[in-house]
Amino acid sequence: MSDPIGSVGIEGQAGHNLPPLRLHVPEPPARPGESADFTHFDIPPAGAQARPDEACPPADMRDMAYGLVRVLDEEGQAVGPWNPRLPAETLLKMLRYMALTRAFDARMFRAQRQGKTSFYMKSTGEEAVSIGAALALARDDMCFPSYRQQGILIARDWPIIDMMNQIYSNTGDRLKGRQLPIMYSAREAGFFSISGNLTTQYPQAVGWAMASAAKGDTRIAATWCGEGSTAEGDFHSACTFASVYRAPVIMNVVNNQWAISSFSGFAGAESTTFAARAVGYGIAGLRVDGNDILAVYAATRWAADRARANGGPTLIEHFTYRVEGHSTSDDPSAYRSAEESSQWPLGDPIARLKQHCIALGIWDEERHAAMDQELAELVRDAARASEKNGILGHGLHHPMESMFEEVFEEMPWHLKEQQQQMLDEWKAAGL
Amino acid sequence: MEGGRAVSEGMTQDEARTDVQQMNMIQAINSAMDVMMERDPDVVVMGEDVGYFGGVFRATAGLQQKYGKNRVFDTPITECGIIGVAVGMGAYGLRPVPEIQFADYIYPALDQLVSEAARLRYRSAGEFISPMTVRSPFGGGIFGGQTHSQSPEGIFTHVSGVKTVIPSTPYDAKGLLIAAIEDNDPTIFFEPKRIYNGPFDGHYDTPAKSWAGHAQAQVPTGYYRIPLGKARIARAGEELTILCYGTMVHVVEHMVATLNVDAEIIDLRTLVPLDIEAIEASVKKTGRCLIVHEATRTSGFGAELSALVQERCFYHLEAPIERVTGFDTPYPHSLEWAYFPGPVRIREAINKILKD
Repeated sequence: MSDPIGSVGIEGQAGHNLPPLRLHVPEPPARPGESADFTHFDIPPAGAQARPDEACPPADMRDMAYGLVRVLDEEGQAVGPWNPRLPAETLLKMLRYMALTRAFDARMFRAQRQGKTSFYMKSTGEEAVSIGAALALARDDMCFPSYRQQGILIARDWPIIDMMNQIYSNTGDRLKGRQLPIMYSAREAGFFSISGNLTTQYPQAVGWAMASAAKGDTRIAATWCGEGSTAEGDFHSACTFASVYRAPVIMNVVNNQWAISSFSGFAGAESTTFAARAVGYGIAGLRVDGNDILAVYAATRWAADRARANGGPTLIEHFTYRVEGHSTSDDPSAYRSAEESSQWPLGDPIARLKQHCIALGIWDEERHAAMDQELAELVRDAARASEKNGILGHGLHHPMESMFEEVFEEMPWHLKEQQQQMLDEWKAAGL
Repeated sequence: MEGGRAVSEGMTQDEARTDVQQMNMIQAINSAMDVMMERDPDVVVMGEDVGYFGGVFRATAGLQQKYGKNRVFDTPITECGIIGVAVGMGAYGLRPVPEIQFADYIYPALDQLVSEAARLRYRSAGEFISPMTVRSPFGGGIFGGQTHSQSPEGIFTHVSGVKTVIPSTPYDAKGLLIAAIEDNDPTIFFEPKRIYNGPFDGHYDTPAKSWAGHAQAQVPTGYYRIPLGKARIARAGEELTILCYGTMVHVVEHMVATLNVDAEIIDLRTLVPLDIEAIEASVKKTGRCLIVHEATRTSGFGAELSALVQERCFYHLEAPIERVTGFDTPYPHSLEWAYFPGPVRIREAINKILKD
């Protein structure tokens, strides 16, 4: 009994002298109070990654899953074969959308802290991932986002007051106050209803793309999930379906290093890249500097052109960093080094594009400061207008009986009965 | 009898009289998909082995040859993927009819059914819908062991936003399946596989019967629908009401005939939405209610039926409501006929409820 694991019960059995087995439980390189450590990242210089033809067979481009597509270098120059050579107008549009997303996030985060809503999730540091992709896709391509791709709606010029109404769950909320804040749905913007259950959107995007292909349509689908939820079965079901039917779909993995408090090692990052998941499924895989919007744009465009030419799906890993907490309910200082966000080796996506635009001579600090000022006022005015429709918990919500609507197309008797009972009880209580 | 008459009228209200053929339940289900694929180019059929081969139970036989691989196709073995893809296809505008090969395999798809398909209309306030019909053979009596015999309908009736349909005859199977496919909400369509090829009276040791000669096996070849939410009075009677569905309708019918009791047998056909009017009218008339289902007992759909009858018919009841169900155990292979709520247990329950 003194050595229960080592001997009792297996005495006399073959293998008694073998070393004990060990369980490997991953541990991130730095915890609170420690210095950030990114020495384990292999970051190639911008422009170094070759660019395969869009028709390249997946087997001939496996190295792409282990490299890193980068366009913007340290001096703000766009270099290498992935440089999308975008006109100045598009670059400035990208800059503005990213800045607007950040201003929107700042305002809504504050609104949550002021008690105006229950929950919010910022995308700070990850703006390039959604905005670069949205601008590379056609406006009518269908997006199946996760919860941190508000940049898609912003890049598709969706009214921010509509997004705020949803966040406040107020009378102006088209979703009738039914969904947790930021779980938008905007069919007209090609933006699928967001689920709180992770990666469920992956097979759905593949199904949408399969339908588009089966119908001889020209539209493609794109979807996003975090690196943490690539562990979900849905991810692997989706990759299998996408591969089997060569679906015209772009599957994005936003590797922001953290899934709430679990670092990417708990999704397998210690052993391989997330883009390398594509290799096993025999589909094209790209690994991209997610803080470089030109790289995100170029990779998405590559994948979109490939899909539109019936070349099948692409899995893109966007290597980025979640600068803020997972949500307003999270405190990252409890589990990770406070230095990480400021020392992230791939910088900030807005600062990098700004540097590029200044280097091109199409932008300057004054204009940038003026833009930030203008966008802060724009979101402030939109928030004030939205708050006239109500904030969460202050009475201005959709009527009580609306709770029972749209469970089904037609309300069955049991819901009608429950609806009436609720109204009768409230009436009897004098409310 | 008023309730019974009203239900009978509802049963055939949309029926278009066309040629009638003798069909077993598989042929009737196949015919329903054939008719709907012919009528609506957005209907697609998908699932494991459903394409070239035509399904392990042959329910999709011939459909791929007729409608092509873009509309009838085999899928990888991932139920989560099948239903997730069907949600996406529905969002695109198609009307998917995925098959889950056995109801026992539906659990990997549960998240996509419960959190996605069933919630999409609600959470998007009608922007996106999920008009899929999930077909799946269910129930025991074929020596399928615990992974080919289960009756998980109670899991789905507990979920808001999904309809649950269970036919008991070829005629109903076709009409209900057409209605389910046309319905704009997700529908779970459980097919009692024990009665695919013939009605089953619960006497497993007697030769299997075919549907030949059964009135409900005379099936129109063309389009007709049986509205969801309408029960069928399988037998009108005065002494007690028996609520049942699927295979158990036939087991109950046989026992009622054997005992020569004047029972009213209600084949529910749709569990959600439920035909509460038919149930209420019948129990208020007979004052006695027996519930029979093959699924496990605790939190089974019989518990909901029992609660509803008690709430609505309490002052008409002359005896406690009885349930005959599968036991709260996994479906045992060799002891299948001890588990199955067969003639012995149903007879005991009928005698007990009539004595009280």
